[in-house]
Amino acid sequence: MSLLDVNDLAIHFGGVKAVDGVSFSVDEGEVFAIIGPNGAGKSTIFNLISRVYQPTRGTIRFDGQNITGFKAHDIAGLGIARTFQNIELFDHSTVLDNLLMGRHTHRATNFVQDILFLPKVRREEREHRRRVEQVIEFLELEAYRKKMIAGLPYGVRKVVEIGRALAIGPKLILLDEPASGLSVEETRDVAFWIEDMRRDMGLTVLMVEHDMSLVNQVSDRVLAVANGQPLAMGTPAEVQAHPDVMAAYLGTGAAA
Amino acid sequence: MRVVFKTSYDKDIDLHEHGQSRAKIAVLLAVMVALPFFVGNYYLAEAANTLIWALAGMGLMVAVGHTGQVSLGHAAFLAIGAYANAALMNAGLPFLLTFPIAGIITGLFGAIIAVPAVRMSGIYLAIATLAVFVIVEELVILLEPITGGVGGIMAPSITIFGISFDRYASLENFYWLCLAVVAIVTWGYANLMRSPTGRSFLAVRDSEVSARALGINVTRTRALAFGLSSGVTGLAGALMGHYIGFFNYELFSIFISINLLLVVTIGGLGFIQGAFLGAILITAVPQAISIARDNLVGIGIDLSGIPGLDTMIFSLILIGFIIYEPTGLYGRWLKIRTWFEIFPLARKDMFRRQKSYLKTERMK
Ligand SMILES: Nc1ncnc2c1ncn2[C@@H]1O[C@H](COP(=O)(O)OP(=O)(O)OP(=O)(O)O)[C@@H](O)[C@H]1O
Ligand SMILES: [Mg+2]
Repeated sequence: MSLLDVNDLAIHFGGVKAVDGVSFSVDEGEVFAIIGPNGAGKSTIFNLISRVYQPTRGTIRFDGQNITGFKAHDIAGLGIARTFQNIELFDHSTVLDNLLMGRHTHRATNFVQDILFLPKVRREEREHRRRVEQVIEFLELEAYRKKMIAGLPYGVRKVVEIGRALAIGPKLILLDEPASGLSVEETRDVAFWIEDMRRDMGLTVLMVEHDMSLVNQVSDRVLAVANGQPLAMGTPAEVQAHPDVMAAYLGTGAAA
Repeated sequence: MRVVFKTSYDKDIDLHEHGQSRAKIAVLLAVMVALPFFVGNYYLAEAANTLIWALAGMGLMVAVGHTGQVSLGHAAFLAIGAYANAALMNAGLPFLLTFPIAGIITGLFGAIIAVPAVRMSGIYLAIATLAVFVIVEELVILLEPITGGVGGIMAPSITIFGISFDRYASLENFYWLCLAVVAIVTWGYANLMRSPTGRSFLAVRDSEVSARALGINVTRTRALAFGLSSGVTGLAGALMGHYIGFFNYELFSIFISINLLLVVTIGGLGFIQGAFLGAILITAVPQAISIARDNLVGIGIDLSGIPGLDTMIFSLILIGFIIYEPTGLYGRWLKIRTWFEIFPLARKDMFRRQKSYLKTERMK
């Protein structure tokens, strides 16, 4: 059964058709990759799913529910987590606090209880912390727990952002170029983590990625887009062999 | 360098990481409680004034330091707190009721005006809050039956369970009252910042787009923060009214708003301690300058003929701080402490700010 259903999705910014008639569905437990040259509309598809943008037309269904009219802050609660291409962490907080912020949808206390720090708040904090520690262990972030984000190397920040998304406890995770800017070793770690997310955590992964070796290694299916339009969909090998895809990458004015 | 070994998550959840910091707070509090036995009325009144400024500073810190909403209108919340409290007391209610109600009224007012204002940020929000300030100032003048109009009103004398807490008749009691209020608010504020609500404030401050992606309702969070901020400032306003005694709209001028902003920025944005350090600076420096000037007269230098000298020196100190210590007094203190803790390993560029990676405009 498909977990995410995107049907005829389109958004136009003035004259720019950033996304124009994209349809795909992601099955539960699948790793699904979106590829395409720069400016193809990949991140915009993510922003549409996470409701940052309102589509010009088309629908998005998650878990059988039409979420096209939902607010951006209602998405995490449904079980959709995301990372950002340009890392959007809370720079002046520690790694631990960033991950704890990922537990927001699970909060069970209101601000009055928080101000009084009632025993319930403490109990909840322990539980949030326990969950976050699992993420820290999974991503091997122990050494950075109490470090401020602002001073961390790029590669670590990237991992923290994945951690924050995992702290939500999602069903579906959207990773926008998880390997960009990472070293070969770091990219290999990301590949292992994606495998584990699927296998051990039962997560469904939708990712945008330029690194074709990573795409080949982890994804079940691939969708190629260019100029906001779908080019081809299938296994990684099928898509890469598709003539339109080859043309988009090698042909006129391809930047990637 | 101190290494704290932690054996349970509770150690991180607790307000104090180690016994020593708890002891330090206890000593500080004890000294503050005992202060009336050591200093005369003049300095005790100054101490009460500093406490009131620290309270107002904490109020503004919630908005500016912890949620990233700059407000030029907080003098208006001081005014609302002061007038609401005085009016309710004049209606015959006891201070124990009027005081929290004044805070709640101010908080609700702040939260309501925050709803349309939350979409704004930076300079636009500052201007909107300035507009609110102007409107409130006009209202204070117009609502003469409650506020005494241009003439002003007298803050009624405080009595709690038959004991006088009057600012003049029993200054010690009034000082202790201020201290108790500040202590309770500080405790609640510290609690807030170690709980989900406080984290959601920081999230909204540092990245709205990720806050939303984590399920945080940015509008509601900012309105809550602004409401709490104005509520606490309203409490400070109520105490300020009593401290001054007889007051009119001029007590809550735009300069008070600006001074409050200075309290939080010079004290250290994003630190509760900053509100205290800033309040001490802003109340003590003018005193120190005038004492220094009096002493200069003693050695034959008379500067009293130069008008505005005090203000100028005061401003220069403030500007110096903003240019050379943008993390505020508390940030400076943290650096000094770290320097000693890791002596002799400190490096010169240790606190240089890391250059942030480029964020594209697309996601904004
Ligand atoms: N808010 C916006 N307003 C106007 N144009 C936009 C907006 N967001 C995206 N676009 C345009 O939509 C197109 C697709 O952008 P998008 O960020 O989705 O590309 P991408 O496939 O993620 O590229 P990259 O590989 O460089 O990340 C680009 O031409 C971009 O300029
Ligand atoms: Mg992109």
